[in-house]
Amino acid sequence: MLQGNEAVVEGALRAGCRFFAGYPITPATEISEILSVKLPQVDGTFIQMEDEIASLGAVIGASLAGVKSMTATSGPGFSLMQENLGFAIIAEVPCVIVNVMRGGPSTGLPTSPSQGDVMQARWGTHGDHPIIVLSASTVCECYDITIKAFNLSEKFRTPVIVLIDEVVGHMREKMALSDEAEVEIFNRLKPTVPPEWYLPFEDTPSGIPAMANFGEGYRYHVTGLTHDIRGFPTSRPDEIGPFIDRLHRKISQHFSEIQMAEYYETEDAELTIVAYGCVARSARRAMIEAREKGLKVGLLKLITIWPFVRSAVEKVLKTSKNLLVPEMNMGQISREVKRVNRGVAKVFTLNKVDGTIITPEEIGNRIKEIF
Amino acid sequence: MSEVTKLIHKYLRHDKKFPHVWCPGCGIGIMLGALIRAIDRIGYEKDEVVLVSGIGCSGRLPVYVDFNTLHTTHGRALTFATGVKLAKPSLKVIVIMGDGDAVAIGGNHFIHAARRNIDVTAIIVNNSIYGMTGGQYSPTTPYGMRSSTTIYSNIEQDFKISELAVTAGAVFVGRGTVYHAKLLDSLIEKAILKEGFSVVEVISHCHTQYGRQNRLGTAVEMMEWQRDNAVPVEKAATMKPEELQNKMVIGILVNKELPVYQNEYDKIRERAKGIAGR
Ligand SMILES: Cc1ncc(C[n+]2csc(CCOP(=O)(O)OP(=O)(O)O)c2C)c(N)n1
Ligand code: SF4
Repeated sequence: MLQGNEAVVEGALRAGCRFFAGYPITPATEISEILSVKLPQVDGTFIQMEDEIASLGAVIGASLAGVKSMTATSGPGFSLMQENLGFAIIAEVPCVIVNVMRGGPSTGLPTSPSQGDVMQARWGTHGDHPIIVLSASTVCECYDITIKAFNLSEKFRTPVIVLIDEVVGHMREKMALSDEAEVEIFNRLKPTVPPEWYLPFEDTPSGIPAMANFGEGYRYHVTGLTHDIRGFPTSRPDEIGPFIDRLHRKISQHFSEIQMAEYYETEDAELTIVAYGCVARSARRAMIEAREKGLKVGLLKLITIWPFVRSAVEKVLKTSKNLLVPEMNMGQISREVKRVNRGVAKVFTLNKVDGTIITPEEIGNRIKEIF
Repeated sequence: MSEVTKLIHKYLRHDKKFPHVWCPGCGIGIMLGALIRAIDRIGYEKDEVVLVSGIGCSGRLPVYVDFNTLHTTHGRALTFATGVKLAKPSLKVIVIMGDGDAVAIGGNHFIHAARRNIDVTAIIVNNSIYGMTGGQYSPTTPYGMRSSTTIYSNIEQDFKISELAVTAGAVFVGRGTVYHAKLLDSLIEKAILKEGFSVVEVISHCHTQYGRQNRLGTAVEMMEWQRDNAVPVEKAATMKPEELQNKMVIGILVNKELPVYQNEYDKIRERAKGIAGR
C-alpha cells in the first residue's frame, strides 16, 4: 500500500531525479520528508530552502549542472514559484514541479482538496509561454505521471508541472511498481558538435536544441532575457519573433507525445463526462451506475491538462450531444471545453469549492437532470 | 602582447556583441578586471568556473566572459548558485550581485546562503543605488541622501553589507573599493580560494545615477571619495568609534572555519547508505 505522495517519490527516483529543493507545506510535505531520507541513499541531494522562490531557483541551478531535479509544493508556494517558472521556460531548463493542490485563494484550505490551480498552472507566470501540466487520479498514476513528467521535461527542455489533488496525494492504494525494464527513461539530448559550433538555443527540425550541462566543455550563456541562438540577450525583432515562436512550436509540434487522455465507453455515449484528478474517479463510478440504468454515459479522463487535449474533446463531440464537466473549482477546464465545443453540444458544469470532493452521487444526480 | 591584452583575449567572449551596457567610467568594469585577474592567478580552467548573477547593471557582467554563465532573476542568484554547487561540487561557483539584488529582494537568500555555508563566493557591487532602473534608493543608500524615489531625503537607515554577512555566518568577508584595485584583486582571490561562503563587498560608484542626484561629481571624483574615506582594517583597530563615523573599513573583516555544507552532506550520504544497507 502506497500513498499518492509516496508514489510521486518512487516515480521521481525511478526517473532519475537526484536533486530536490523544497519548503514544507501541507499537503505536499510527505514528498519532501521521504526524499530527505531517500535521496542521500542514492548519492542524490535534498535541501530545504528558505522559501519556494529559492527552492525552484536551486532546482533550476541543479538541472543546469546536469542533475534531474524537482520540487514539490502547494498553492501558496506555487504562487511564489511563478517568477522562476518563467525563467525555466525561457531558458529551457528541464525540471519538475509537483503541486499537491489545496483550496485557495491565499492560505485557503490547507488540508482540503481543490482543483483551483489549473489556470494558474497554465498562466501563472507572466508572458506568452507554453507549458506542460499533467494530473493523476490514482496512486499508480502518481508514479507513472511523475516518470512521464521527467521524460517530457528532459525531452522538450521545459519545466513540467504535476497537479495532484490533496485526496490523491494522501490516499493509500495497492500498487505494483512496474517492472524496472519496462519503464522508459528519457535523458536530455547533449550536443555532439565541437564546443565552438554549439548553439544552445538554435532552431532544429524538432524545435528542441541539444542541451550541454555546465562543466562539460560547452561554455555558454543562460539568461532570462530574450536571447539569440547563442544565448546572448537580443532586442532584434528578427531574433525575438523566431525565438518565441520556437518556444511554442517545440511543444505544439509534439502534441501527440504530450497529450494523454483516456476514454471510457465514449463510442456510443450521448453524454460524456470530462474530468481529471480525483473527480475522474467519482465520474467513473457515476458512469457505471448510469450505464446500469441504461443511460448512455461515457467518460473522457484528462491526464494531460495543458496543452489542452483539444483533439480528445473533438473526438467525443462526434457522438455526444451533451458534455458534463465536474470540477473542484468554479469552472476552469469547462471554459476550455466550451471553447472547443463552439456550440456543437450542450456543455454542463458541476462545480464544488467547499473543500469536499465531488461524489459519484452528485455526478449521478446531475446526469439525471440532463437526461 | 601586453598582459591586459592577453587576459582580454583569454577571458572575454569574442562572439558577444560589444560594446557593453555600462556607462563610461562605471566601477563595475574595474571589478570585472579584478575578478578576471584573480581567476587567472588561481589558474582555474574556464570550463570549471560558473559565474552567476542577478538582475541590475552588475547582473550584466557574466555575459561578457567566457565561463559557464548564468544570468538569473532579480535577487535570486544565490539560490541558483546553491543548486549548481550542490549538484556538481567540482564547479567553482562565483556570484555577482548588486546591492539591491543582494540585500533588498535577495536579502533572505543572502543570509541563508551564509548561514548554510554553501561553498560559493558572493561578490556584491555596492553602489548605494538601483542603477539599472534609474537611481531609486536601495537598502544601502545612506540616510539623508537623495535618489529618484527619495527626492526630499532618504529617511531609512542603510544596511552595512559586510557586517550583515559577518553576522549571518559567512566564513570570509572582505570589503574593498574599486579605487583600491590591488586590494580588490587580492580580496577576490582569497574569497574564491576560501572553502565555504565567502563575501566580497565592492564599494563602487554610480556617477550616472547616485552621483548626479547627490552632486558628487564625476566618476573620478567619486573614486577620490573612496580613497579618502576608506580605512584599512588594521588601522581601524587602533581608532575610536567616533573617528570611524562615516568611514568605511576595508580589508578582510572575517576569515574563519566552519563546516562546509557539501562536506557535511557527504557525511549524511554515508549515514543514509548505512541505514539503507541494514
Ligand atoms: C522581480 C523584479 N523586480 C524588479 C525588477 C526591476 N529591477 C531591475 S534591476 C533593479 C535594481 C538594480 O539595482 P541593484 O541590484 O543595486 O544593481 P545595480 O543596477 O545598481 O548594479 C530592479 C529593481 C526586476 N527585474 N525584477
Ligand atoms: S547606471 Fe550606474 S551602475 Fe549602471 S552602468 Fe551606469 S554608472 Fe554603472
